[in-house]
Amino acid sequence: MSARRAEVRVVRAGALTTVQDAGRPGYAHLGVPRSGALDRPAFAAANRLVGNGAEAACLETTVTGCAVRPSRAVLAAVTGAACPVRVDGRPVAWGAPVLVPAGAVLDVGTAALGLRSYVAFAGGADVPPVLGSRACDLLSGLGPAPLSDGDVLPLGVDRAGPPGGADVVPCRGLGRELVLPLLPGPRDDWFTPAAERTLAAGRYEVSARSNRIGLRTSGPRLERAREGELPSEGMVLGAVQVPPDGCPVVFLADHPTTGGYPVVGVVPEEALAAAAQAPPGTPVRFVPLRGRPLPAGSRG
Amino acid sequence: MRALRAGAAGVLVETADGEQAQALHAEVLRRRAEGRLPGGPGPGGLLEVVPAARTVLVDGLADPAAFAAAVAGWGELPPPVPGSGGTVELPVRFDGPDLDEVAAGWGTSREGVAEVLTATAFRVAFCGFAPGFGYLAGLPEELRVPRRATPRTAVPAGSVGLAGPYAGVYPRSSPGGWQLVGRTDAVLWDPGRDPAALLAPGTDVRFTEVR
Repeated sequence: MSARRAEVRVVRAGALTTVQDAGRPGYAHLGVPRSGALDRPAFAAANRLVGNGAEAACLETTVTGCAVRPSRAVLAAVTGAACPVRVDGRPVAWGAPVLVPAGAVLDVGTAALGLRSYVAFAGGADVPPVLGSRACDLLSGLGPAPLSDGDVLPLGVDRAGPPGGADVVPCRGLGRELVLPLLPGPRDDWFTPAAERTLAAGRYEVSARSNRIGLRTSGPRLERAREGELPSEGMVLGAVQVPPDGCPVVFLADHPTTGGYPVVGVVPEEALAAAAQAPPGTPVRFVPLRGRPLPAGSRG
Repeated sequence: MRALRAGAAGVLVETADGEQAQALHAEVLRRRAEGRLPGGPGPGGLLEVVPAARTVLVDGLADPAAFAAAVAGWGELPPPVPGSGGTVELPVRFDGPDLDEVAAGWGTSREGVAEVLTATAFRVAFCGFAPGFGYLAGLPEELRVPRRATPRTAVPAGSVGLAGPYAGVYPRSSPGGWQLVGRTDAVLWDPGRDPAALLAPGTDVRFTEVR
């Protein structure tokens, strides 16, 4: 491929399509969320398939996909939520590098499994980085705005290596239920023993009010052992916060860095990709883990 | 101090009060800078240190249990060294819409409020609410200010407000319920600048009056 700059024009932005990369970790103390692609393995696979480095920015679609028209021939790949992919109306491969000719329309269709597809272009989406990242952060408004019809995205200089092959491209959303391991703490002691049993055995489902900030659930209320307010405190990615309605919220990439409702446990990062692909109505099961206890004088 | 588990790589340390949280935050930063943080990340590892009202969250630890064990032995920590987190002077026009209300609450005049605020040594205890919004600790307990009963739908960027034990400056226009006492032209938050946040946790802050 030559090193000429290219751009893609947004023909159909879809329900919510954002530019995402590995995010901007390291700024939580300033109130800046990590942000970045919700399904990290799918994002990484998309970049690998077109020969990009791990830091290149992709598009993250939501349910209805998107359609774009490149100004010159560009290698693209779609991963994440499984969906029909077409070039000028002809079906092409999902989960594989596809050469999109200049002026042709790459249409990423509605997700058949999962919610969010990742669209990588050789060279990456080259919008101006903010604090070292091109990720669109919907909580704090940092980074590029969500795509609109007619937007033009510059692509980076395609000095991509050869497209990567893949034996297996991860595709989530195949499970009939979302199983989320849970490391208890820091505020599990704010809940009754009954609440702990409810959380482990309760039938929760993914709420339609979920977004990039958090996966909201509906189901049995978790009863608090202590009332009163918790002074705002730092929250990690995957924190399961219990707001006054008693239903757990699993915090995803755009989560607030501090919060004032108790966090009953934390879902490990590797389990969050599945959470990002679980449609509303998916049954959710929390599986409390026994983490290595913290030493005496502290509480795990 | 109590160390609580916060995920696979995080520890939330709960302190007795806000002063101890600030002292612990300064201690963690000092040890990190010296490369002596117990259980800290390996080379190139990213550590998030997020102070808050009565806690400090440390995430990205290689060995959270080792960190927790060490913190439990630190005991009572000395207050942070003034200036150790940098010092910022903020020129403020004390003409905010809630200045009369705050003055009445403090039993003083509008000028009296400005005098108290310019004489107070503030320190950014933590950030939250919006990128670059610092919670400035330093007011005596008896000068706590209630939040407004009805938050404003839009508070202009640069507005200086008070709420509870804290002072704060709105980095950008946003809704807000703090009592507004003045305005500054200082740019609190600029992602294109290094540092992006003028008021990072641990920064000492002085208000000066612009007439």
